[in-house]
Amino acid sequence: MTALASSRARPGLRPVPYGLTAGLILLVLAASILSLTSGAAGLGLGTLLKAPFSAEGLTLRDKVVLYDIRLPRLVMGLAVGAALAVSGVLLQGLFRNPLADPGIVGIGAGAGLGAVMAIVLGSFLPLWMADLIGAHLVPFAAFFGGWAATLLLYRAATAGGRTDVATMLLAGIALGALAGAVTGVMVYMADDKQLRDLTFWGMGSLAGATWGRLAAALPLILLVLLIAPGLARGLNALALGEAQAAHLGHNVQSVKRRAIFGAAAATGAAVAVSGGIGFVGIVVPHLLRLAMGPDHRLLLPHSALLGAGLLVLADLASRSIVAPAELPIGILTALFGAPFFLWILLRQKGALRG
Amino acid sequence: MLEITDIYASLAKREVLHGISLTAKAGQVLAICGPNGAGKSTLLKAALGEIPARGDVKLNGQSTAKAKASDLARQRAVLPQDTQVAFAFTVAEIVAMGQEAGDFAAEPGLIEAALAAVGLANHATRPFQTLSGGERQRSHLARALAQVWQPIGPQGPRWLFLDEPVASLDLGHQLQVMRLARAYADQGGGVVAVMHDLNLSAMFADRMAFIIDGRLAAEGTPAEVLTAPLLERAYGCKVAMNTAPQSGPWFLPQACDQA
Ligand SMILES: Nc1ncnc2c1ncn2[C@@H]1O[C@H](COP(=O)(O)OP(=O)(O)OP(=O)(O)O)[C@@H](O)[C@H]1O
Ligand SMILES: [Mg+2]
Repeated sequence: MTALASSRARPGLRPVPYGLTAGLILLVLAASILSLTSGAAGLGLGTLLKAPFSAEGLTLRDKVVLYDIRLPRLVMGLAVGAALAVSGVLLQGLFRNPLADPGIVGIGAGAGLGAVMAIVLGSFLPLWMADLIGAHLVPFAAFFGGWAATLLLYRAATAGGRTDVATMLLAGIALGALAGAVTGVMVYMADDKQLRDLTFWGMGSLAGATWGRLAAALPLILLVLLIAPGLARGLNALALGEAQAAHLGHNVQSVKRRAIFGAAAATGAAVAVSGGIGFVGIVVPHLLRLAMGPDHRLLLPHSALLGAGLLVLADLASRSIVAPAELPIGILTALFGAPFFLWILLRQKGALRG
Repeated sequence: MLEITDIYASLAKREVLHGISLTAKAGQVLAICGPNGAGKSTLLKAALGEIPARGDVKLNGQSTAKAKASDLARQRAVLPQDTQVAFAFTVAEIVAMGQEAGDFAAEPGLIEAALAAVGLANHATRPFQTLSGGERQRSHLARALAQVWQPIGPQGPRWLFLDEPVASLDLGHQLQVMRLARAYADQGGGVVAVMHDLNLSAMFADRMAFIIDGRLAAEGTPAEVLTAPLLERAYGCKVAMNTAPQSGPWFLPQACDQA
């Protein structure tokens, strides 16, 4: 115990930031409570708190609002926020660069393309297959789209363990354009119902949260949250370059493969259920690196917390600002995230030769 | 013992190493010398499995091609010629990565000791990116030292592979680092170092391998290898050579003539 305590206090080794951890957990809790108790239906904190102690409990209508609308939306917000933030950390570790964000480098676009194709082309599947796959088709198609985009991007931008940042960002633009074009073709092919699905999905919103959609996306996100901690030390070592990571005893190919899989799966699942919500993956890890250093063992769990909390808050804002209408949450995150991205870019200017 | 047998390696479809065989013994410092572009770094990378190469490499009697990365990490540490770090890791955090990779993860005070050994005791908290070139090189050396801290382990001697360990160091730190390498070998470890400085190599190395154009041009003790005809062939200039009573040959660049 004393050894542990003294090793924590050693100069240059940053201790576990328990204060920050506690703060983030509080943030997630507060955001969750706010999210559950605010909305157009008028079911407020007071009613919720009184319910267990009053004879009649919640009305049927309130129950529906709580369990079938607000709760799935909250869980979706938490899961998508954590997924996007963790996906950002994994990508940045893989590319050794803080500018890699699933939205910016085209992985979100690839995932989106997968989702769009699943929505439109899914109707061509034989009925028994469609029944079998059901709600899982869109998340998995998004995952494969994101995966293909990540692999392509890595091939294009990385040689000998070095990532060329300019190539990475340009490849992201190209991937985005390609996905946009094919999406256009799909829209052209779509029938009315599919068109409605597409439009709804493409706006980037948590409004469509249902338990059914969650059941399809959540396992993928939980799987990533499960494998991510095992990648932390490998990603730390990768910061010294691929060769050194290998000499530090890491199976570099395996670390890279798992990071690519994790980033694609998390992005794919998030995009499939919520459309394009950008910049969470770049803002969250960057703020945390400033606050507690780049060690991935701490960065990954804290990013999951901050991403979850921030996205639920953003969702809350998106449905309160223009209430009773809703602003798509993707617009909100871009409004704050894009200037932030520019700020990182300016700070990095000299050091862009990643 | 490090046994390199008949190594061929190509970079960008051009053969760079044309069949080099070389052995290094634990307890000794082996200096690999030769002109720019001769293939010294490539030889080191091929021996370390960083690049695909034909031939065989055995470390302590075991073929390294089939060994697990985590096992090798307990037996050898590597200082690369070119050292970049992504993200703002502190010097201590970088040295800790070395410590965790080796057999000494539980050793208290090791980071401080390794940093002190390279003269960076006061730099533990500094982000790597704020260091000078020589400080960066020395902090990576501290990381390598923390990884193979004791020269002899349960699987035999441990090894330090250093690509130009003193290239960007001042005179005092050049000597400090070379003495470290010397001491590591004297305690039973193996040291393989790519060197440009012939004087330091002659002072501190037991054996020398001289590479020219991807081939082993000479091998032996520094006094055997460093002959006027070889140096003229390698560097294209006549070098003024002298012999110090205790430390063998030494050289003066002022006296170099255009060949
Ligand atoms: N990535 C690469 N692609 C193609 N050729 C390369 C590459 N790296 C090195 N080479 C070439 O291989 C040869 C050997 O290079 P190497 O880096 O081994 O030289 P070196 O002996 O370490 O030189 P220096 O003293 O400059 O470090 C050189 O001709 C070099 O131009
Ligand atoms: Mg070299």
